[in-house]
Amino acid sequence: MGSKRLNRRELLKSGATLAGGFTLGAAAPALGQEQMPHASPPMIKGDTDGQIAYGDRSKHVKSVRIPHGGRPSPDAFGLIFHVATPLQDSVGVITPSSLHYWATTRGSFLPDIDPAQHSLLIHGLVDRPLTFTMQDLKRLPSVTRLHFIECAGNRSTPRAKTVQESHGMTSCAEWTGVLLSTLLKECGVKSSATWFVAEGAEEVKGASSMPVAKAMDDVIVAYGMNGEALRPQQGFPLRLLVPGFEGIFSTKYVRRIKLVDRYYMNYNDYGHLQKDAKEAALGYQWGPKSVITFPSVGQQLPGKGFYEISGLAWSGGGAIRRVEVSTDDGKHWMDAEIKMTAQRKAHTRFGCPWNWDGKETVLLSRCTDELGAVQPTRAQVAKFFNVPLGTVPGLDNTIQPWRIASDGSVQNGHA
Amino acid sequence: MGTHRFVACVLLGGVCLGASVLAQSAPKYGVGRTPTAEELRSADISIGPDGAELPPGRGTVKEGAQLFTSKGCVACHGANGTGGRAPELKSKDGPSVDTWKRGRILPVRAPFATTVWDYINRAMPLGREGTLKPDEVYSLTAYLLNLNEVIPEDLVLDAQSLPKVKMPIGDDYASLPDWKANTRRLKGYPY
Repeated sequence: MGSKRLNRRELLKSGATLAGGFTLGAAAPALGQEQMPHASPPMIKGDTDGQIAYGDRSKHVKSVRIPHGGRPSPDAFGLIFHVATPLQDSVGVITPSSLHYWATTRGSFLPDIDPAQHSLLIHGLVDRPLTFTMQDLKRLPSVTRLHFIECAGNRSTPRAKTVQESHGMTSCAEWTGVLLSTLLKECGVKSSATWFVAEGAEEVKGASSMPVAKAMDDVIVAYGMNGEALRPQQGFPLRLLVPGFEGIFSTKYVRRIKLVDRYYMNYNDYGHLQKDAKEAALGYQWGPKSVITFPSVGQQLPGKGFYEISGLAWSGGGAIRRVEVSTDDGKHWMDAEIKMTAQRKAHTRFGCPWNWDGKETVLLSRCTDELGAVQPTRAQVAKFFNVPLGTVPGLDNTIQPWRIASDGSVQNGHA
Repeated sequence: MGTHRFVACVLLGGVCLGASVLAQSAPKYGVGRTPTAEELRSADISIGPDGAELPPGRGTVKEGAQLFTSKGCVACHGANGTGGRAPELKSKDGPSVDTWKRGRILPVRAPFATTVWDYINRAMPLGREGTLKPDEVYSLTAYLLNLNEVIPEDLVLDAQSLPKVKMPIGDDYASLPDWKANTRRLKGYPY
């Protein structure tokens, strides 16, 4: 307390010195205006809500989501299907909740759920089935973690004209909730339980089967996102957050979890079936993946000279340990700087200094996760699976080339 | 003396072990409410491969064909389950063609007939999900399975016969490998 007061006094003293003897409180606002060498910017005029109740962003910032994958949203049935995050405009690692990608299992209406009426039932192969209200859940020990979510359909194509089109079906947020393992221990999971089925409360009651081992590892029953309640598009009031798995498993509006003794083959499950065992093994969990967001396809470099190459790296296997960047189409690689401490199964921002000489070249990034898995090129994947170049079995975590033309335009290296 | 002490230790150990097992199974926070049997029954719409959760009821191909029109299915899926804006429900190819080459059509690709029942029951029809009665779901399932030559026209589907239906895919699909934390996805795959 004492030191705090002293600091404040010191601060006031130094401020008074800087103000050159003016009485600080009265003079400070006027001082800024008088000493400005140029005209003040206009005032933002808006409704009171925008300025007080819930802040708006500047009208000059126009970054928005777009429908993804060539399917219009809303579609022929008036349903929103997939919308993608504007990664080309992203800074840092947190996707603003308003810009988080949104995918629906079938094309879905947005349920308007009263949290007072919502509850989570856990039953099946447990000692004690239990129902938790939202109030119950908020009494229990919580976790707050950064995690990415990525749709299984997040595949880059030669047609992609922005990184939003090629990679925009992934986002990263800070999630708060109760670990599913906490709830399962409260119910007492029987040893015969090997899978669980999670089900949402939306109109189609979307359901997915997942291994109990994952539930006991790091699945969050989340009610918070980026410091506030979940957005309706993200499952308000309650969702599963299944770190590192295909996005569809992070069951939104979650209302029921049933412990079972086999893969249950409900709703979403049959769509996950694969004929090939290798392809099946590469489903579910994302491998190491990265992409350069600046400069990226569709952007324009004003001229040669210095740029910090910036991008995102993430992996379903854990934390990102290393990101390398090549500015000469893979002939040489240099370690990029990882900004902040890399979080497990979260977007990780990287940066790399680059002096562009104005000549045509190709930029690449590749990452390595804590398991030692390295992001592959499409050629490496094609060789491993003995498939034509460009075919990527399982989830697409391949390296994305961006071609820098001599006029500074950035083009899709897959094209 | 030595033997007695050994026995005592074993007994004591056994008691401690028993107590710790009990302690593990006991709730730690005591938060949450025990659902009633009726709540559990009505909430449980997850139909597993053995059909244990199937409700009583029955349905036929003929009734299913009528419902496919009267419930409005044709409006989105097309007459006979083909040519609509919604996903195809009838395969162009017959059972002689490899299932994996017949497209992702629910009543063909699903490994269990219970998967078809579960899907229709929870997610159809569009905008009126969850309104079909068990008899209607049995009938629509029968109609779609017969449409794709999976079951004969005279088979009555109920909680006993439905799980016994042999689907075209059989066991011709990859089983998922055991998932383990902090483990690479596919052994021998460097990426």
